[in-house]
Amino acid sequence: MPLLEVRDLTVVFERKGEKPFTAVDHVSFDVEPGQTVGLVGESGCGKSVTSLAIMGLLPRRGARVSGSVQYEGVNLLSLSDREMRDRRGRDLGMVFQDPLSSLNPVIPIGVQVTEVLERHQGMPRKKAMLEAAELLDKVGIPDPTRRLTEYPHQLSGGMRQRALIAIALACRPRLLIADEPTTALDVTIQAQILALLKELVRDLGTALVMITHDLGVVAGLCDEVNVLYGGRVVEKAHRHDLFAAPRHPYTHGLLASIPRLDAPRGEKLNPIRGSVADNIPWAEGCAFAPRCPNKLDVCVQVTPEQEDIGAGRLLRCHNPVQPPVSEEVSV
Amino acid sequence: MVTPTRKKDRIDKLAEAGSDAGVSLAASAWRTLRRSPVFLTGAVIIGLFVLVSLLSPWLAPHDPSDPMLIDQVIKARNQIPAVQDGHPLGGDLQGRDFFSRLLIGSQQTLIVGVLATLIGLAGGLTLGTLAGALGGWVDSVVMRLVDVMLSLPSLLLAFSISAMFARPNQYTVIVAVAVVQIPVFARLLRGSMLAQRSSDHVLAATALGVKPGAIVFRHMLPNSLGPVIVQSTLVLATAIIDAAALSFLGLGNPDDRIPEWGQMLGDVQNVFDTHPQLAFWPAGCIIVVALGFTLMGETLREALDPKSRR
Repeated sequence: MPLLEVRDLTVVFERKGEKPFTAVDHVSFDVEPGQTVGLVGESGCGKSVTSLAIMGLLPRRGARVSGSVQYEGVNLLSLSDREMRDRRGRDLGMVFQDPLSSLNPVIPIGVQVTEVLERHQGMPRKKAMLEAAELLDKVGIPDPTRRLTEYPHQLSGGMRQRALIAIALACRPRLLIADEPTTALDVTIQAQILALLKELVRDLGTALVMITHDLGVVAGLCDEVNVLYGGRVVEKAHRHDLFAAPRHPYTHGLLASIPRLDAPRGEKLNPIRGSVADNIPWAEGCAFAPRCPNKLDVCVQVTPEQEDIGAGRLLRCHNPVQPPVSEEVSV
Repeated sequence: MVTPTRKKDRIDKLAEAGSDAGVSLAASAWRTLRRSPVFLTGAVIIGLFVLVSLLSPWLAPHDPSDPMLIDQVIKARNQIPAVQDGHPLGGDLQGRDFFSRLLIGSQQTLIVGVLATLIGLAGGLTLGTLAGALGGWVDSVVMRLVDVMLSLPSLLLAFSISAMFARPNQYTVIVAVAVVQIPVFARLLRGSMLAQRSSDHVLAATALGVKPGAIVFRHMLPNSLGPVIVQSTLVLATAIIDAAALSFLGLGNPDDRIPEWGQMLGDVQNVFDTHPQLAFWPAGCIIVVALGFTLMGETLREALDPKSRR
């Protein structure tokens, strides 16, 4: 049984006097215990909203969440506020994008680490402090006892993100959701943080939902990849399959737009034209159609359905990119 | 051998800096303030003021309510006892030692200023926390109440409140001045609480399952207090001026055995053209003390501004 089973998760934002906006539209995916699953897409495709919906962090007013999120067989969406609060931080951890603003600036790091230990495991403050020092040590923060007494602004960006990871993993949750955890960091630190995450989820057996717009991150970390566009999953595949043979034109475009070191000098970047539309994209036809190089007439008339194309792959496209001719695919 | 020593010093210094534990916002603000001449000026004024008012019972040469110079007043043409031996500022209309009254008067100013600010702060914190933390209809109700209070000029509101009491005394002045400060604090705190509510670190704390009470009191409130603390030093100045104004207009403590600067000013209105010095001293004291609090408040605000933090 999967650890997390997201079925038809739909989030509609409603405001008085405005058309409801569907940010996440029938998204379904599974996370097996210990597995790393990527949610990939550009800004506004609904990846962050998906993660907030799973954690139950969307505002009650103005956001309508439907579908189901089964965690070990329990539908998280049907839990009361109190029950959900008990699970957050204990069963599900979350790491956010900006490590500076995600830490409380006026209390020392130590208090922020021990807070969650005291809250969920009822540890006395002293014991929690020892545990906190151990946690910081585990995420690679040198001199942890001193760091515990310091304030967030005294730590470097990478160290802050390490501290946040330590806090998120303090109670050994079985699922960790990381929402663009490396976006605010520079490249060398990014690599360190990704390596750390990889190591920790392996050692602790934690399942990881990695939310990112960076296919490089996906390549290094994820087992399964879900590509989102306009609030829907347009392609789902195993990491190797996805990189070897992207079938959806959007995925193909994303991969083609990555600058390559081995490209000839002076070659221009290959962007996907246009940007995500703001209206309800899937009402008629494919949301990606206006930007799609493979567009057919049918694309703007009939909304494509999700199809199983074998080998655990799902695809939502009328005119997919054909896989490379050679059957031998190397990654 | 000079170089090795220097090097050693440098290493010691580095080690010292390295062993430096966490530097809180308050500590870093203090580092900035310590070097600010404006803040130091304000601090010296306020320090002297507090010291004088605490020690005034011992510093005052005479009993402030004893009409010891009454003979000179009665004696005629010269209504007001002049400056003389033992009475460095002369006497007042009732022949009491003016200098002693000025010194003892600082006590009232300190008590009224501090108590009114504290009460206003407590009320404002309660209302602001309620509104900012709960939001929704509580927020609407509290904020409309605050709007109504803010729509009246603050001094006028203070007058009305103190006029409501049948028998004014020094506590009615405090209450009147305090109530007027509540909406300022409430609105200020509510604003920064709302900003905190949508902040990333509050979301992150929520994502850790932290309970709502702890979110409000550990995560939102401490981060919202900066502007309120600064405001309270500025409010101290306003409270002192407001209280003086109330006493000046006769809405203060009617018992003039306890001297108060505003009341002393009011008492000499009629003789102001012939004896301006009687108005000069209490007015000067009020201005200087209010200025001291304002100087401290303004520099404190700058130092606590996270954007100017180094």
